[in-house]
Amino acid sequence: MDQPHAIISVRNLIKNYADFNAVKGISFDVYNHEIFGLLGPNGAGKTTTLEIIETLREKTSGEIYVDGLSVDKDANAIKRIIGVQLQAAGYYPNLNLVELLELFAGLYGVKVKPMEMLEKVNLQDKAKAKYKALSGGQKQRFSIATTLLNSPKIIFLDEPTTGLDPQARRNLWDLISEIRDQGTTVVLTTHYMDEAEQLCDRVAFVESGEIIALDSPDNLIDQLISSGFERKKEVKKANLEDVFINLTGQQWREG
Amino acid sequence: MNKPYNHTTATLALAKASFRSIMRSPSAVVFTLAFPLIFILVFGFLGGGGVKVDLAVAPGSDLQNPVMQALEHTAVIRLIKDKNNEEIQNELEKGHYAGVINIQKSGNEKPEYLANVSYSAASIDKGNILKSVLNNLMYTLNSKDLKPAVAEIRESTVQGRTYRTIDFILPGQLGFSLLSTGVFGTAFVFFNLRQTLVIKRFFATPVRRSSIILGEGLARIGFALLGAVFIIVIGHFFFDFTLIHGVTTVLNMLILSVIGLVVFMGFGFVVSGIAKSESTIPPISNIITLPQFLLSGTFFSIDNFPSWLQPISKALPLTYLNDAMRQIAFEGAGLWDVRQQILIMLIWGLGIYALAVRVFKWE
Ligand SMILES: Nc1ncnc2c1ncn2[C@@H]1O[C@H](COP(=O)(O)OP(=O)(O)OP(=O)(O)O)[C@@H](O)[C@H]1O
Ligand SMILES: [Mg+2]
Repeated sequence: MDQPHAIISVRNLIKNYADFNAVKGISFDVYNHEIFGLLGPNGAGKTTTLEIIETLREKTSGEIYVDGLSVDKDANAIKRIIGVQLQAAGYYPNLNLVELLELFAGLYGVKVKPMEMLEKVNLQDKAKAKYKALSGGQKQRFSIATTLLNSPKIIFLDEPTTGLDPQARRNLWDLISEIRDQGTTVVLTTHYMDEAEQLCDRVAFVESGEIIALDSPDNLIDQLISSGFERKKEVKKANLEDVFINLTGQQWREG
Repeated sequence: MNKPYNHTTATLALAKASFRSIMRSPSAVVFTLAFPLIFILVFGFLGGGGVKVDLAVAPGSDLQNPVMQALEHTAVIRLIKDKNNEEIQNELEKGHYAGVINIQKSGNEKPEYLANVSYSAASIDKGNILKSVLNNLMYTLNSKDLKPAVAEIRESTVQGRTYRTIDFILPGQLGFSLLSTGVFGTAFVFFNLRQTLVIKRFFATPVRRSSIILGEGLARIGFALLGAVFIIVIGHFFFDFTLIHGVTTVLNMLILSVIGLVVFMGFGFVVSGIAKSESTIPPISNIITLPQFLLSGTFFSIDNFPSWLQPISKALPLTYLNDAMRQIAFEGAGLWDVRQQILIMLIWGLGIYALAVRVFKWE
């Protein structure tokens, strides 16, 4: 097997907030064209790590390269080739979705047709709606649309599916897979293990600012099983989520 | 992707977005347009007849002469004849009379009469009106025998320059509208963009900080200019607001508006930086705008203020904007003529932006 090409490389990243060590010297690579997941409990340091790579926060020390560009010297060049969905972000008030996309196109210096972008995330019916008037899932989809405007090499999604219903989550998985299939590397965080298992090629488990495991979901599961782990209860052939999906259908929900 | 990043495109995209947003924000429209317009309407209707200037006639003054006759027929001037010296002196000191006139036969052939005029220092604005009326009048009378054509033209100018209430009120309202849009608008927009993490999302794009400031500034200037044109047009066509040199005067007023707005936006940046929460923005902004609203000659000439207040009035930037606006609109001054006022505003601007750079917060 070829040595995969690392599009992001993080070495000995440390981040201290005053005297609190949020990230304690982590190192990892993200390979080209993969979906990479950062998993871990609240406060583990996932958002901090992402935002340092996105050049939005200063690191305390360490080395980070994004597509060969250093976060210290080439922050602006990095911003041009990445798309960013923040865990918490707002959009310019009083503007509808088309106008917001026009604004971001200007900020990225690209020409795009806003309607085509909205079609990608299935929001064409909401073209004239204000961001505030969207449902949680629609907001997430819109945020993803703004990350795609500059045809980025890498997109960062910080908890893109938090708060979504099961269909919306699955539909977002499809969208994220499509984006990856078109050649974009995806880095995401999530608290849903089923999501990470289905979606991610590799995942890193972060706890208290340290990476405690990094591999493909399959390998991690196999390792656990080979160590003699067994689930306590025999799993039924379906779970409650399957019931939910089965009862409510699989289409995009506009509600 | 290899094409260089264009900061102008980003700035303009921001300006456009911001302008759209402002136009849809009820508070911006109310502050910039409705508020000043209401005052203009009220004062426009109240003071529709225009300003009268009281001119006392000194006891013993000659009354049967062409100057006196011409004054009788000048609409702006009301002649006060039956007062004694003491009474006149008293009223002059209070600023109720703009001046006193005393006309005597010179005893010579030319000029046949001598007119002595004293102005009241307590009523400088009215004194200025009186001066310009008298100057024009004298010119008309003196040149009557020589060149009738010139006299005709001059005479029409005299009648055209009635100083109405609107001529005072409108520039003041315009100035105040610029002050409130500059301070409130800027403070709210930057505070909110920061709090709602809109700016954070912007920072994930290659846009420069200067483009964000510039884009927002351009939008606000565009909006304020639209408001200014609207106010001037309504004032001119419905209430006979005087625009001495027509479009040129309007352009000068707009340039002055931009200078004023840029200075006032500096206050807005400061407020957005020091406000701890959204609800503290209005009180802090009011501390900046209210004193200027009251003391900068928005409603009354600052010459009417007690002398201990005058130094405060003369320290405020809006005072100079209002003053310059009035000179440009009514007296036909050019921008160069009001350079002193502009300079003082710019000094304020320097100071306030130096402070803004220190206290402004991005996140
Ligand atoms: N600006 C900040 N100032 C001080 N401490 C911070 C700041 N941002 C984050 N922290 C702390 O750093 C730690 C890591 O935070 P971070 O947001 O990276 O966690 P996370 O893994 O993204 O958590 P979650 O799953 O809840 O989103 C937390 O303990 C948090 O309290
Ligand atoms: Mg987080």
